[in-house]
Amino acid sequence: MTAVQADPPALEVHDLAVTFRNRSGPEAHAVDGVELAVGQGEILALVGESGCGKTSLARALLGLVQPSRGKVVHLGQPLGYSSKALRTYRRRVQLVLQDPSGALNPRHTIYEAVAEGLRIHKVRGDERELVARALSRAGLRPPERFFLSYPHELSGGQRQRVVIAGALALEPSVLVADEPVSSLDASVRGEILALLLHLRDELGLTVLVVTHDLGLAWNIADRIAVMYLGRVVEVGPTEEVLADPQHPYTKALLSVVPEIRHVEPVVLAGEPPDPTRVPSGCRFHPRCPALADGTAERAGVADQCRTATLPVLPIADGHHAACLLTTPPPPPA
Amino acid sequence: MSVSTAAPPSARSVAWARRRASFGRVWKEFRRNRAGVAGLVILGFFVLVALLAPLLADKSGLDVTQATGLPMHPPYPGYPLGTDKQGRSIVTLLIWGSRISLIVGFAAALMAMVIGTLVGISSGHFTGWAGGLLSRFTEWFLVIPFLPLAIVLASVLGHSFWILIFVIGITSWASTARLIRAQTLSIEARPYLERAKALGAGHWRQMNRYVLPNVMPLVFANTTLTVAGAILTETTLSFLGLGDPFHVSWGSMLENAFDEGAISAGAWWYLFPPGIAIVLVVLAFTLVGRALETVLNPRLRER
Amino acid sequence: MALLEMRDVHVSYRTRAGLVPAVRGVDLTVEAGEILGVAGESGCGKSTLAATALRLSPSNATVTGEVLLEGRDVLTMKWGDLRTVRWAHASIVFQGALHSLNPVRTIGQQIAEPIVLHEKVSDKAAAKRVDELLEQVGLPARRARSYPHQISGGQKQRVMIAMALACRPRLIIADEPTTALDVMVQAQVLDLISSLVKDMGVGMLMISHDLSVLGATCDRLAVMYAGRVVEEGPAKQLFAAPQHPYSGALSAAFPTIGDRASRLAPRGLPGDPPDPAQLPDGCTFHPRCPVAVPSCATGAEPQLRRLSPERAAACVLLEGSPS
Repeated sequence: MTAVQADPPALEVHDLAVTFRNRSGPEAHAVDGVELAVGQGEILALVGESGCGKTSLARALLGLVQPSRGKVVHLGQPLGYSSKALRTYRRRVQLVLQDPSGALNPRHTIYEAVAEGLRIHKVRGDERELVARALSRAGLRPPERFFLSYPHELSGGQRQRVVIAGALALEPSVLVADEPVSSLDASVRGEILALLLHLRDELGLTVLVVTHDLGLAWNIADRIAVMYLGRVVEVGPTEEVLADPQHPYTKALLSVVPEIRHVEPVVLAGEPPDPTRVPSGCRFHPRCPALADGTAERAGVADQCRTATLPVLPIADGHHAACLLTTPPPPPA
Repeated sequence: MSVSTAAPPSARSVAWARRRASFGRVWKEFRRNRAGVAGLVILGFFVLVALLAPLLADKSGLDVTQATGLPMHPPYPGYPLGTDKQGRSIVTLLIWGSRISLIVGFAAALMAMVIGTLVGISSGHFTGWAGGLLSRFTEWFLVIPFLPLAIVLASVLGHSFWILIFVIGITSWASTARLIRAQTLSIEARPYLERAKALGAGHWRQMNRYVLPNVMPLVFANTTLTVAGAILTETTLSFLGLGDPFHVSWGSMLENAFDEGAISAGAWWYLFPPGIAIVLVVLAFTLVGRALETVLNPRLRER
Repeated sequence: MALLEMRDVHVSYRTRAGLVPAVRGVDLTVEAGEILGVAGESGCGKSTLAATALRLSPSNATVTGEVLLEGRDVLTMKWGDLRTVRWAHASIVFQGALHSLNPVRTIGQQIAEPIVLHEKVSDKAAAKRVDELLEQVGLPARRARSYPHQISGGQKQRVMIAMALACRPRLIIADEPTTALDVMVQAQVLDLISSLVKDMGVGMLMISHDLSVLGATCDRLAVMYAGRVVEEGPAKQLFAAPQHPYSGALSAAFPTIGDRASRLAPRGLPGDPPDPAQLPDGCTFHPRCPVAVPSCATGAEPQLRRLSPERAAACVLLEGSPS
């Protein structure tokens, strides 16, 4: 931590690594050393393309996947993996999935879908009342109208609200949303995003949004963390990162957003790389435009780019990038 | 929606209303499948015969000591399908035999279904060594040739009605388990199961409330086919002399016919009726089972 | 002569519930060397429109109107003529390209298929053409021997484009060509499309729900809602300054990064895109429209009116306004 913080961060990860191994194949280093903190009441966007590890990181934060290294800390308490510890944790940290039509059991009514969490944790109180309140908070009013419907009778936007209501019913302090609007119609997205903002403002909910869409980050995120091949390559307040990206990858990502004006278009060649074959040195160097066009050479860091493993970006305030061309990140507090 | 003065329907009653409506849809779809309907009619006929057995034929007709017909005689008045060597009416034997064949078939299939579903869901749900162990266990049972196993078990355990059910059940559950396991694996990959885990559901809840309801339609369709197989197995075992000697079944009728030299005597009235009855019942179950599969599967897919 | 001209096209589906209108009177023109974008969400009829251009609508669809490919009406053509037209004059890159490839045949075989069918050349000549096409779309020639599962999503999309180019068509219809692709790969594919259009002089009809992508890549844009075009005009202009309230909402869903107005202020429309089987009365957009007036719900459906030589929109609030 940098300065003395009155409130511990809602979620932190320290030296987190998640490795998947196929039965016969090589290991996939989905997450390979991440230090991250999300403050209470903050909305953090975790941005990257496929294979960058953002989904695995989110799953590790939820305790759905056990990290092969490092730990997850919630409000100062490290996460244990016994079923009892996980169960308690689940009341505090909830998940909103990408595909609302897949996320709801087609054989359960909306009422049952929302009440599920309450029943699992044997929450005391009038179940009907709690379900109605969660549905209202998620914007489905009057809630009673939806109690006896089935998921296939609702629209995409409504289903996503039901999923959010199901998460809200447990009154969590953190919501992890994995591509919450990418499978919804464009005109409907704004409402769901506005709902997330509203929940943060009203209930003080911390939200971690995993997305590939920088526009979404601009719309609702306070801070943004850009991931590439299992590491965070740039992190900082959204406006700073998007107005003045430091890492060549962030610059490239930003530059291909249509209608973007303040960055030169840089279309990277090739595909997002395979987590089973992490390049040596800086993981981005095979595709880095700064290395290709000589900027790195001129700055005298080209050799290091190819060979030296960059340190993990530590948790710190402000805007930082893991690139030898920028000023080195501050030492961890 | 304005607040009504009457109490709103409870979630449970509406859930039941929807189940009835869903059943109605399945029935309507099933009705269109002519083969399935034909199978159902045949099945209905035989079940009715089995249920109404006491009304249709006097039980005393099974008693060898009370047999009054002419021995091994082709059909004649009073004995529409002729008699066996002891002079018992074939019709009486056929009607009462249907009970055993059908009951053993149903019961054994039920047992196979219960074990198969339990093992199938568990082996699909639990990853790691537990699931693997259950898988290997299932495969082991699949690989063992079931008839020799059934023969060995029946010989060792004895010849009774209940043992027969047990033996058939034990040798039939594995293919159901395999099917259920495959379906479970596909459900496990669906997002709503991940959501259940994220909400905090434990293994039992996941399997019971999420996997099972979505696997049931498949189980249902598969069970119908298992019954057909069970009836055939019962017939085979009885024919081989491993059935219950105190109860008449179609298989034991064939066994007796064989033993009593019906083939060399040309006693077609003794051989054909049980044979045809078995074929019809198995065919009926197969038709119904296939029809159910086609009706229920698209719903599985669209859900 | 325009490459593609659609005149008053209506498409309805016969379903158990009755006749469902998917496209309700659309006029479109695509010239050679130009990209026309069609933007809209689920249920607006854009995919139906794409299929209609090559008479590929399903059997329960009723199509009226005219679809002129270089002056010849596709809808009334004889079957033999239609088969010649399909792929050789106009081809389609379908939505869901990632799943459209046959998993048991190599890429080369699949690209060669239309060539062999249309041009009746030897296998060797077809293979040569396949190599040329792969090069054109930026894939190494050795990929011809790969199977679909061995290549990535972006590469599959390029293969689909190569297939569409196989018979040197003059018009390409691309239905959601970049949905489900990563942003960087999307940028690569869009670059490829733009360069192909420029170099080869083909015309393109690009369909997408992503208005920002269309705004940046296309020359002209048409926005569809509930089976009709509600606004059309030059792409960049339309995206920057939409006139119809729906276009405005769609544009706001893709915020401009750096624009203070959209910072922490996501904008969306209430409700959902309408079900074609149950369209609202009056202006179909009125239940969701932020600036609707009472007459919008009761009056006749607004027609597409010219606002300027290049722009047109279908909204009563814009009629009478200066260009």
